[in-house]
Amino acid sequence: MVNNEAVEDLAAAGQHRHAALVRFARGDMRFRTMTQLAAFLVVLIFLGIIITLAIGAMPAIKAFGWEFLTTSTWNPVTEKFGAFPMIYGTLVTSALAMIVAVPVGIGIAIFLTELCPRQLKRPIGIAVELLAGIPSIIYGIWGFFIFAPFFQATVEPWLIDLFANVPILQDLFAGPPYGIGIFTASLILSIMILPFISAVTRDVFATVPPILKEAAYGLGCTTWEVMWRIVLPYSRSGVVGGAMLALGRALGETMAVTFVVGNAHHINISLLAPGTTISAAIANEFAEALGDLYIPSLIYAGLILFFITFIVLASAQLMLRGLEARSGGGSK
Amino acid sequence: MNRALYARRRMRNSVFLTLSVAAAIFGIAWLALILYALVTQGLQALSYHIFTEMTPAQGSTGGGLINAIAGSLIMSSLAVVIGTPIGIFGGTYLAEYGRHSVLSVIVRFINDILLSAPSILIGLFIYQIAVAPMHGFSAWAGILALAAIVIPVVVRTTENMLHLVPNTLREASAALGSPRNHVIRTVTWRAARAGIVTGVLLAVARISGETAPLLFTALGNNGWSSDTLALGKHLAVNYPSMDSPMASLPLVIFNFASSADDWQHHLAWTGALIITFAVLTLSIVARVFGSEREL
Repeated sequence: MVNNEAVEDLAAAGQHRHAALVRFARGDMRFRTMTQLAAFLVVLIFLGIIITLAIGAMPAIKAFGWEFLTTSTWNPVTEKFGAFPMIYGTLVTSALAMIVAVPVGIGIAIFLTELCPRQLKRPIGIAVELLAGIPSIIYGIWGFFIFAPFFQATVEPWLIDLFANVPILQDLFAGPPYGIGIFTASLILSIMILPFISAVTRDVFATVPPILKEAAYGLGCTTWEVMWRIVLPYSRSGVVGGAMLALGRALGETMAVTFVVGNAHHINISLLAPGTTISAAIANEFAEALGDLYIPSLIYAGLILFFITFIVLASAQLMLRGLEARSGGGSK
Repeated sequence: MNRALYARRRMRNSVFLTLSVAAAIFGIAWLALILYALVTQGLQALSYHIFTEMTPAQGSTGGGLINAIAGSLIMSSLAVVIGTPIGIFGGTYLAEYGRHSVLSVIVRFINDILLSAPSILIGLFIYQIAVAPMHGFSAWAGILALAAIVIPVVVRTTENMLHLVPNTLREASAALGSPRNHVIRTVTWRAARAGIVTGVLLAVARISGETAPLLFTALGNNGWSSDTLALGKHLAVNYPSMDSPMASLPLVIFNFASSADDWQHHLAWTGALIITFAVLTLSIVARVFGSEREL
């Protein structure tokens, strides 16, 4: 015999349960879609940058084509534009900044991981990280008011004298001392990316398993040998990745450079002469640019900067990802 | 022969270690010099007028930075209000729903590129979508540019923090019958709260010093544009106009430092001191917040 009431109860409970599950599923679907849309917005911003830059640059792309990359004239009056001096300035300032900042930054990281007295380790480490967050305009204003005049009065005349009779170098360091120029901009950039490189390198060094270092020390290696033969090879891809990230920042850095680079659209062999970079030219000229081709040309230059930094940052990521996977932190 | 080898190795060791100490001193000395200049130069013009008066015109002395400070506060806070929820939702998708999906791989890659992409290009992007079509610079455009910088920072920290939440917490909550969105909102977000707040604070620190993306979006303003909202017949409220150019501290520093006026240089330094102080305070607060979580 069948108990009808019990069956009905069961059916009602089942319906209840079913309704709740449907409600849950709908709520979850909504939430999931919202998070998905937010994630997709990141892609949208990225695509938006490429597309709007390409559209904005179109008149200049049509007018100048690839020659834009190799032309050195920059004449708003006749509307002849070429980005070669900017691209040159961007690449040279960043390269010089890396030459200074990478060894010094790695030196600081070595100091922090191996040599620093225990009591100083945390304060100095934190100081380096805090300094990495100082806005770049601070470096710019300091470079403009303090560093450039000092450099013009002391170091530049000395460099010019020092290399006066050395082939090649005499051209690279030819006078007059302007104070502002490619070389000054590179040094300010290197000071700016220094804390960044140190902080990343120190973190990467920390991923080296202590047992490797202890084994090397146990075999009688000196501190330097442990760093050079064990720690650096182990963390190589991370250090390179960190340096590439810093390079990405240096390439696109605007405010620290704009103040001290000189904003001159021509190429001079001398590193002491004023030049310009893509970001500095955009920052200086964009708001006042008139005419049909001026703004598109600046945007075209911005598009070029975008592709350069994209390549650098993408390869930095590939290197850091590889490191992550190897050190077992591959959950990201 | 062994002795010579040891001597050489020891020699090389001390040479390179000395060099690394020298590097540390060199690096820290530069940064100390910058901070020293910032404090000594910045204090020269610092007085309460800075916080009560508008930026002066070229050639006149006096005045302060209040319009720039207020503009920075308004634009940064609205950018955070817009960017944070989007960033947290995006990071949640990466860490919870789409941990291994193709979209996540792409978003992660692109997000990390946006994190270090030149901020001036963000400015160009917003100029193209929000300034050029409207024929005018506006505070809204500046806010959008800053929000576009906030989003990747918050996405990255949210994802990292959610990854640190143990899966057993999620499983326990799910076993009680919670749907997934409920698990995320009441368990994982709560467990990762301190870390997410840290990320937001770092994002604030980042945008409060940003200059390049504001140059041709918010443009800057030597005064204060306000709109009036009439509330009935006799009552009207003035509020900052978001459709006009707006001042911000970094923009004032940039413009005043490049002017020929000595007094404006002083004000630029003072503005720089205020920004640095604010950014360092924010980073320290963020750090304290973040370290509480680890305890």
